[in-house]
Amino acid sequence: MSDSGLILENLAILWRGAPLVSVDLRIAPGEVVTVMGPSGVGKSTLLAAITGTLAPGFALQGGIRLDGRELTALPPEARHVGILFQDDLLFPHLSVGANLAFGLSPRIRGRAARRARVEAALAEIGLAGFAARDPATLSGGQKARVALMRMLLSEPCALLLDEPFSRLDAALRDQIRELVFTRARALRLPTLLVTHDAADAEAAGGRVIELATPG
Amino acid sequence: MRLRYAPALTLALMLGPVLAGLAGTLLPAFGIFPALGGTAPSLAAMRALLGWPGLGPAAGLSLSTGLAATVLSLILTALIVGSWHGTRAFRWLEAALSPLLSVPHAAAAFGLAFLIAPSGWIARALSPWATGWSRPPDLLIVQDPWGLTMTLGLVTKEMPFLLLMMLAALPQAQPRRSLTVAQALGYGRLTGWLKVIFPRVYAQIRLPVYAVLAYSMSVVDVALILGPNTPPPLAVQVVRWMSDPDLAQRFTAAAGATLQLALVVAALVLWRLAETAAARLGRAWVAGGRRHHADAPARRIALILGALSAGAVLAGLAGMALWSVAGFWRFPNVLPDTLTLNPWMRHGPALLDPTIDTILIAGAATTLALALTLACLQAEQRYGLSPGARSLWLLYLPLLIPQVAFLPGLQTLALMAGADMGRGAVILGHLVFVLPYVFLSLGDPFRSWDSRQATVAAALGAGSARIFWTLRLPMLLAPVLTAAAVGFAVSAGQYLPTLLIGAGRVQTLTTEAVALASGGDRRLIGLYAIAQTGVVVLGFALAIAAPRLIWANRRGMRAG
Repeated sequence: MSDSGLILENLAILWRGAPLVSVDLRIAPGEVVTVMGPSGVGKSTLLAAITGTLAPGFALQGGIRLDGRELTALPPEARHVGILFQDDLLFPHLSVGANLAFGLSPRIRGRAARRARVEAALAEIGLAGFAARDPATLSGGQKARVALMRMLLSEPCALLLDEPFSRLDAALRDQIRELVFTRARALRLPTLLVTHDAADAEAAGGRVIELATPG
Repeated sequence: MRLRYAPALTLALMLGPVLAGLAGTLLPAFGIFPALGGTAPSLAAMRALLGWPGLGPAAGLSLSTGLAATVLSLILTALIVGSWHGTRAFRWLEAALSPLLSVPHAAAAFGLAFLIAPSGWIARALSPWATGWSRPPDLLIVQDPWGLTMTLGLVTKEMPFLLLMMLAALPQAQPRRSLTVAQALGYGRLTGWLKVIFPRVYAQIRLPVYAVLAYSMSVVDVALILGPNTPPPLAVQVVRWMSDPDLAQRFTAAAGATLQLALVVAALVLWRLAETAAARLGRAWVAGGRRHHADAPARRIALILGALSAGAVLAGLAGMALWSVAGFWRFPNVLPDTLTLNPWMRHGPALLDPTIDTILIAGAATTLALALTLACLQAEQRYGLSPGARSLWLLYLPLLIPQVAFLPGLQTLALMAGADMGRGAVILGHLVFVLPYVFLSLGDPFRSWDSRQATVAAALGAGSARIFWTLRLPMLLAPVLTAAAVGFAVSAGQYLPTLLIGAGRVQTLTTEAVALASGGDRRLIGLYAIAQTGVVVLGFALAIAAPRLIWANRRGMRAG
């Protein structure tokens, strides 16, 4: 079995000692796996375990491996796991360009080179010339695209989606979904989608895992 | 410094001086003060205290003014919030009362004195047509022997404080839904609010109420300006003994401070017992189910009293501003006969040094408090520490122990150690009182910051230091600056810590203004009180303006 992709190996999350979620899963590069289940079942907790931002009181058993690296001992910022939430969460005090530059990998050096990369990224999502704009003045679809691009610029090795389409209106939702899944597949990112919406799962086109309340 | 040690360091800086000061007060009270020859325990100091003929009235004044000010402030606050919360009148009243919180106690007290003194604005407005007075009547209104004016002065300042505390606690009680239910059951607005919401809100603001009680019982600056003289409230007498050239009086001062502490503790216990009794009565009142259809007059009275209280402070400040530029101002005239900048020209240069020291000390204490608070909150978040009810009590401890009980002790300890108490010591002394307010002001906004922002940033590869400096801090700029302005105002308004820790050698606008109280030069008092208020108001203005300017082009930063 290959080491590539995101592997949740006998992963169990405990809340004050009681089991909350347990998953055993391998997501291959370019694959999208959807996790569904009623609210409160621990879907977001599962994502927090992978990003390394579990709140105190939770404990973790088993392993999380990404392309052969064990993640559980790494701090969140060293994991290279991108995440999108249902809100765009663009940093409100930074311009659109500065938001993207915040995500842009530090491997790209030099002010001019970084600015050029940000401009190119904006052009890629149809927002050329938007670098100086206040994110609050963008439309919902534009914000969603900037949030996606900000994450991609950080060169993640896996992608987590926490109901990222639920706040968008129906027409926009299809468009953004298409954009996210196309990008994820093109970059061969193992992707884990958490959602309430069966249409999301269908659009993802991959395996669907139902989480149920334990015991 | 390692973040992990921040809470311990903060506690040490906040409570260390309090505990050390208490020890420094209790030891001499029982005869131990080696520098003055006290090497063996004795009850001589206590006997000297008991031998002072003014003791009974002085202790009585501490209790009566403190309890009355607290009860009145609490009742008035509850009536105002219960009657008007959620209405346009309330928003108006809140806008009028909130800025009063920043007005230093001494300035508010002077303003009230200018208003109600026999030669004050009210008497002028009514003379001679209504009163027949052509010269100020010989009435002892300010500094009346019962401490009524002093109580009034305390209420005008403590009511805005309790109001803001109550407003902060209100959302947890879900007032709108509960009130709708109560009204649907046939209760009037005020009755319903008092029966259904007040008990829940009171449980949240218990500590602030205790702080108001402890403060009102032992306040010195307001008492010097508005309180009776012969005898004064106990806390004032302790300060007199402390500044007596006869060093042996330090023993009596320590004994008095110990008694003041005991009085405050006893009053707090009494208050706690009264809470239980009031709760029992309240439950019976609720269970009785009476609807009390007399809500309307009570609501109107609450609004009038609230407006009067706010109006008194604002008119007092206006009066002082006017006196500071008044030339000739004959008695019954409402306005000065001539205006002049002479007082400012003449005393302006003398104002400069205390102004600089005020800003220096308040700036340093606030900066320290902010750094410690942010480090604590960051540590709390990083290590998943959950602050319990106990840490809230610790935060309030410096506000519950009367200043006059431990500050003399600090001076005594410094005397024993031969330490020179300069500006640095005063800054650390102010920190004890600035820290709780900065922490209380910043804690909630800091904790309610959307932690998903941090998750996203970490997923983008940002470490916790970068997240703190480039995201959390700039996004919390407005609450951080507000907390700084609150801390600055607290420090700038401190009288006793500056006086006692500075051993009289550090002069701020507040110590200078209070020192003028006995002189009665209204132009000079007006000048200092306005300067004192101006420094504080300027801080708040900056705190409000800066985020708006810095984030002028960021719509998302304005909503919150």
